[in-house]
Amino acid sequence: MPAVQVRVGVNGVGHEDDVEARLLLVQYLRDVVGLTGTKIGCDTSSCGACTVLVDGESVKSCTMLAVQADGSEVTTIEGLAPEGGLHPVQAAFREHHGLQCGFCTAGMVMATVSLLDEIPEPTERDVRLGLEGNLCRCTGYHNIVQAVLAAAGAKV
Amino acid sequence: MIPAPFEYVRAESADDALAALGEHGDEAKLLAGGMSLLPLMKLRLATPTVLVDVGRLRDLSYIRDAGDHVAIGALTRHRDLEVSELLAAECAPLRAVAAEVGDNQVRHRGTLGGSIAHGDPASDLPAALLAVDATFAIRGPAGEHEIAAADFFHGFLETALAPDELLTEIRVPKLPGARFSYQKFNRRAQDWAIVGALAVRNGDARVALVNMGGTPLRARGVEEALAAGSTVADAAERAAEGTEAPADLNATPEFREHLARVLVRRALEESA
Repeated sequence: MPAVQVRVGVNGVGHEDDVEARLLLVQYLRDVVGLTGTKIGCDTSSCGACTVLVDGESVKSCTMLAVQADGSEVTTIEGLAPEGGLHPVQAAFREHHGLQCGFCTAGMVMATVSLLDEIPEPTERDVRLGLEGNLCRCTGYHNIVQAVLAAAGAKV
Repeated sequence: MIPAPFEYVRAESADDALAALGEHGDEAKLLAGGMSLLPLMKLRLATPTVLVDVGRLRDLSYIRDAGDHVAIGALTRHRDLEVSELLAAECAPLRAVAAEVGDNQVRHRGTLGGSIAHGDPASDLPAALLAVDATFAIRGPAGEHEIAAADFFHGFLETALAPDELLTEIRVPKLPGARFSYQKFNRRAQDWAIVGALAVRNGDARVALVNMGGTPLRARGVEEALAAGSTVADAAERAAEGTEAPADLNATPEFREHLARVLVRRALEESA
């Protein structure tokens, strides 16, 4: 099968690569671009660990082909804040201990950034529903929800 | 999990897509948002040798007032349905059901046309379109034709769509002020419905069922009973009539029939 050319912006940096059409976006990000912050969890679009932003909206990068992202701007966990800094959502997850093992965290944070973009002042119910596509097997979600509400500026 | 190799063709227009389908025949498969097709390809349950990507046909992504109906481009994403002011005013049941599909990430990518063309009886939106008596516009080598939702779904993942045809538009009748309720039963928030029941009341009452057979279904027995003056409780007892509920890890057919009766009753009560 002939390789397909993709041009993708990743965290503000342009990339141009010839890839197999069947290459998944998550593999492209991890193996071609070399950004391993995005995790492969269930690999069946259930768990949300692979969540990244494509043109500002959360998607599951295990269920998208790299060629479908051609011409798009992708944001991964590495691109949220300048080197050494934390995005407000990352800071809130740290402050409220919204993680234990951390495997789901990159996806949780990216899904949260997209959620708060769409619902800037969410209720607790909005947060729980908005993160229904992200599974955490450690925390029971309580602190994650607290972190998201804190990031949204709510008093927690 | 990685899909089997395929040739990738990006369609820049509907004509492009039709030409590619004409050239490659039933070896080819259309890719819209990919939320149904890509998981099947990763599991190698689907192994198309040519993938025709129609995901960029932005001219097929719209929600328009078309006089007596609302016209929706086949590539309109669930997210766009979920936040549409026009749908809120003119066909609120469809908007509400779109908000129940998958999760945010899935709704950012998945399309209305893709969900319909996939023809999964466990999907939410096909049943909603059946309940509101939508029609679908289809383009093929012989031109465009229209088909009623009631005639479109033939069997499990089987529809009236031929391999060389493209679903272009979904036409939903205006139902301003219609009362409705969608009851979706599942074990985890983002899952498919184990059973779903949508009631839409707009003078008459229409009831559609999710995951109660090889296709989305109308609960005709319930509708007839209500039209004849039955109580909601009596009418809902007929919810499983004519269904062929599947058996899987989540539920036996008997449990699904029970769920259908309970969910239809709840939907009718909530929409009364």
